[in-house]
Amino acid sequence: MSDTVKFTIDGKECQGRKGQNIVDAATDNGVYIPVLCHLRDLVPAGSCRICTVNVSGRKMAACTTPVEEGMVIENNTPELTDIRKAIVEMLFVEGNHFCPSCEKSGNCDLQGLGYKYQMMVPRFPYAFERREVDATTPLIYLERNRCIFCKRCIRMIKDSEGRSIFAFKGRGKTLQINIDKKLAATLSDELAQQAMDICPVGCILKKEIGFKDPIGTRKYDKKPIGADIENNHH
Amino acid sequence: MKEKIISIIGAYGKDAGRLMDILTDVQAEFGSVSHEAVAVIAEQLHISEVDVVQTRSFYHFFTCQPVGKYAVYLNNSVVSCMMGMADVADEFEKQLGVKFGERTKDDIASLHYTACIGMSDQEPAALINNVVFTSLTRDKVKKIVSDIKAGKAVADMVNELGDGNNANPLVKAMVKNNIRKAGPVVLEAYTSGAGLTKALGMQPREVIAEIKESNLRGRGGAGFPTGLKWDFCSRETGDKYVLCNADEGEPGTFKDRVLLTERSYMVFEGMAIGGYAIGAKEGILYLRKEYTYLKAFLNNMLQEMRTKNLLGKNILGKGFDFDIRIQLGAGAYVCGEESGLIESCEGKRGEPRNRPPFPAQKGYNSKPTIVNNVETFCSASRILDKGAAWHKALGTDDSSGTKVLSISGDCKTPGIYEIAWGMSIKEMLEMVGAEDVQAVQVAGPSGICLPPSQFDRKIALEDLPTGGSMIVIGKKRDLLKDVVLNFMEFFADESCGSCVTCRSFNMILKNAIEKVVEGHGIKKDIDDMAAWSEIIRKTTRCGLGQTSANPIATTIRNFRELYEARVKDVDFLSTFDMQKSVLESCEVVGRNPEVHN
Repeated sequence: MSDTVKFTIDGKECQGRKGQNIVDAATDNGVYIPVLCHLRDLVPAGSCRICTVNVSGRKMAACTTPVEEGMVIENNTPELTDIRKAIVEMLFVEGNHFCPSCEKSGNCDLQGLGYKYQMMVPRFPYAFERREVDATTPLIYLERNRCIFCKRCIRMIKDSEGRSIFAFKGRGKTLQINIDKKLAATLSDELAQQAMDICPVGCILKKEIGFKDPIGTRKYDKKPIGADIENNHH
Repeated sequence: MKEKIISIIGAYGKDAGRLMDILTDVQAEFGSVSHEAVAVIAEQLHISEVDVVQTRSFYHFFTCQPVGKYAVYLNNSVVSCMMGMADVADEFEKQLGVKFGERTKDDIASLHYTACIGMSDQEPAALINNVVFTSLTRDKVKKIVSDIKAGKAVADMVNELGDGNNANPLVKAMVKNNIRKAGPVVLEAYTSGAGLTKALGMQPREVIAEIKESNLRGRGGAGFPTGLKWDFCSRETGDKYVLCNADEGEPGTFKDRVLLTERSYMVFEGMAIGGYAIGAKEGILYLRKEYTYLKAFLNNMLQEMRTKNLLGKNILGKGFDFDIRIQLGAGAYVCGEESGLIESCEGKRGEPRNRPPFPAQKGYNSKPTIVNNVETFCSASRILDKGAAWHKALGTDDSSGTKVLSISGDCKTPGIYEIAWGMSIKEMLEMVGAEDVQAVQVAGPSGICLPPSQFDRKIALEDLPTGGSMIVIGKKRDLLKDVVLNFMEFFADESCGSCVTCRSFNMILKNAIEKVVEGHGIKKDIDDMAAWSEIIRKTTRCGLGQTSANPIATTIRNFRELYEARVKDVDFLSTFDMQKSVLESCEVVGRNPEVHN
């Protein structure tokens, strides 16, 4: 039995491994599906919903749906674009995002998607939530105003014994990202850097160093988000 | 404190998977799960403190700040409000001299609001230290508060007992069953052991075939074929689990409470039958925190069944081992979603899981698991006793058997009705003595708000599916304010928050309906809300999220005129209220706001 499955995305013939999720399989075929919570080597969280695609007419999160033989996937329709734009807008009004003063500007996936979907004025009213910054740990600033609850840090950053450094607190409207004060004190420089790097926005920032790469030289300053994936295969 | 917590943790084998039980016991012992307690728990279980906080802060009956010695949790869901909750709340505040959300200075009492506690046929109702107080009035509140001030034990504050097992010494509750109509599947007399005896005389796959043939579908609301679920799980190998979902949190539903009170042996027997069918030895009944008052009674029932050899080792001499434990929840609607319930059983925040894998493949502790509703297990017991054909002959072609409805709201006889599937809403309203009906909320907030023009529709999975909640809304009610806004507040509170769309949209929609109710809405708001509801439905992960915009979506569809009557026909209306803002700041500085009018 072959491990390879064939499927199409917006009519393009693709191949993937059985059991592989749609986002990763699409990436391997040079098709960009936007993600905020997904990271390739982590168990998918399925929480940001921006990777929503049509699978045989049904809306599915591409990061949590495995590819199957003969699957017909739509990734680029006016409806999906509008939904994705709505999600970006929602994240902008839910938190407090001031790009010009943010260390992650240019390296920020949310900002990148804001440009990609040409968000001008969000259709939703701003929430102006009051969120507290936590600067009490030695290596990290937790800038909660910018958190989009992707859970990347929760899933990936653990101490040497597998214990969580980050976790959620609360639920629904009171949800916030939380950092373990005791364990964060034991965090290595390398792990703190990794936490900052995987954060898709400017919520996790490493202390003592900032704006190392000048604005203008950053990931999305010259090429739009997703361009590297799309250009890989042309 | 440390020694006590260590002994609690020891009682659960220092198992982080039992964090819910540990937190429950710590909360009961100290009136809170404080920072100090969190530190001890984390250290003992060798997990990080943020993980303990993550679970604690997800459930609203766990608190960081101490609650009063008497913690009053008053239900503020729709039916309670309809039945006079505001007066009751006002009287509590007056008598105790504190507001809801506060604690008295002497730490004796604290007041909290809580979502539906499963007493919609006897509202307003409240829980005080897990003891239920029903049909509250200002006078009853005065008596309760005077008892509190006299230091009376909460259990002794219950003066009259309800019917049936509510009067059992292990329950001792004033709760009433209000069984108005018993049906052949669940509520008519049942001989304990009848179904299980027959099941154990069959091969497991024959039991599954019988359930499949009976056409039994999940009674929690989703209507998934029970036999199919069992079949999937039976094909997996290794340890397996049977979970019973007794976390009915849909506002307006209370039928599982009555089934647990009067038919618990049928529930447990159904679980054992399920266990035999799929090859499981262990079962867990996930009991919502609000029903803690039934826990001792249910544990005693389990013990009785072990004595009769209906549970335990070598059941009925057939070589089948199966036992059940009770897992308490701690106040989270989303744990009624089967994978959220599994997460909660594992001691985590009750966040629904992604599928695949399905629980039948990877459920509790990553083992194959079936999760079924209380009523589904009761039905399974009866089906094994009476046969698939008998069950299939009841109800409609697509919905076999009966449905236990919890009917509440503006009607003469609220309570429990076991009906054959296929009854029309009109017939139902006649049955409960409802007149001047504006709408019926079918299947709770996540269902449909049905207008009179559709009262010919049938209660059936193929037409109006329901887990059992039916709220009758009379003409005198302000549908948007009393019902829709209350439901949206409920969903905004109860979203686990993990999906962007559910977390954020429910807040946005709640604010939008609030704006309309307060008279600041414009026509465009109606279309916006309808469009945004669609995005939630299409993009959210779990059932809670997908249906959470239904209060707005279904009322815009069926009662659009109510919205139109409330909005202004202009292109723009500022949401900033100058008068109100001035009023607030005047209050702060102690000036008379009149000068600004």
